[in-house]
Amino acid sequence: MTEMISKEIQAREKKDVAAAPEQTKPGLLFTPAVDIFENDQELTVVADLPGVKPQNLEIDLRKNTLSIIGDVETPEGPGETDHIREFRTGRFFRQFTLSEVIDQSKIEASLKNGVLRLKLPKLEKAVPRKIMVQAG
Amino acid sequence: MFPKRFIDFPDWNVGNPFLDFERMRREMNRLSEGFRSGLPSFSNAGVFPLTNVSEDINNYYVRAELPGMNTEDIEISATDSSLSISGQRIIPREGDNVRYHRREREAGKFSRMISLPGSVDTDKVEASFMDGILTIVLPKSEAMKPKQIEVK
Repeated sequence: MTEMISKEIQAREKKDVAAAPEQTKPGLLFTPAVDIFENDQELTVVADLPGVKPQNLEIDLRKNTLSIIGDVETPEGPGETDHIREFRTGRFFRQFTLSEVIDQSKIEASLKNGVLRLKLPKLEKAVPRKIMVQAG
Repeated sequence: MFPKRFIDFPDWNVGNPFLDFERMRREMNRLSEGFRSGLPSFSNAGVFPLTNVSEDINNYYVRAELPGMNTEDIEISATDSSLSISGQRIIPREGDNVRYHRREREAGKFSRMISLPGSVDTDKVEASFMDGILTIVLPKSEAMKPKQIEVK
């Protein structure tokens, strides 16, 4: 046998969302696999969203919470019957809390071959944030 | 009604016995269908990529989720009754001074063999790759297609 150039990919079952938020739309919810990394200038999120078309992808950043929601249209045609069914399709959902302050006007997102690449530039830390504490 | 309450059986057991036979017959059919094609339906073969196989009147369909792959990195070959999918998923390096928070996406090689439920016309097999989903359409060979029979 020849030497292995790289490791083989293990088959992994698609993960259901552990604590699903309330849904208004019926269907299945999956957790996409992600890579998140940062350098000094920006934070990058790369997510596997197979079957998601750009018009069905929703990225939402509110305060510190980043949400990625992608809907997958059922690929099977109406007259098809199943023989093997190893993966199911539905909605991808994942939420992150960001610790860095992000410059919302410069966020870039691209979706190619079912992979989302989201660039979140960090805000220059020139302005110290004032925190208001209200007596209650 | 009265004795039924005393016998602690689920409802379907005291119903129409023919319905039970019908149900059993259907279960048996499903089981034997699974054996005949040699494929366990609704279970995971444990080989990447996870694959769905279905059929309609004219074609078999094989679908797999391969996000981030390029078409040139996927190799497909089909015989009369089987299909092989292999390739390599490459995740490029993201620069030297990046710090990872999460690293869940996997790179590596894969190869998978799928037995088809029936014979196909290998010359007309078509594959497409869109939004990270590989779809292979395999037209059934003429012998596999159902024929309409007219009653005279």
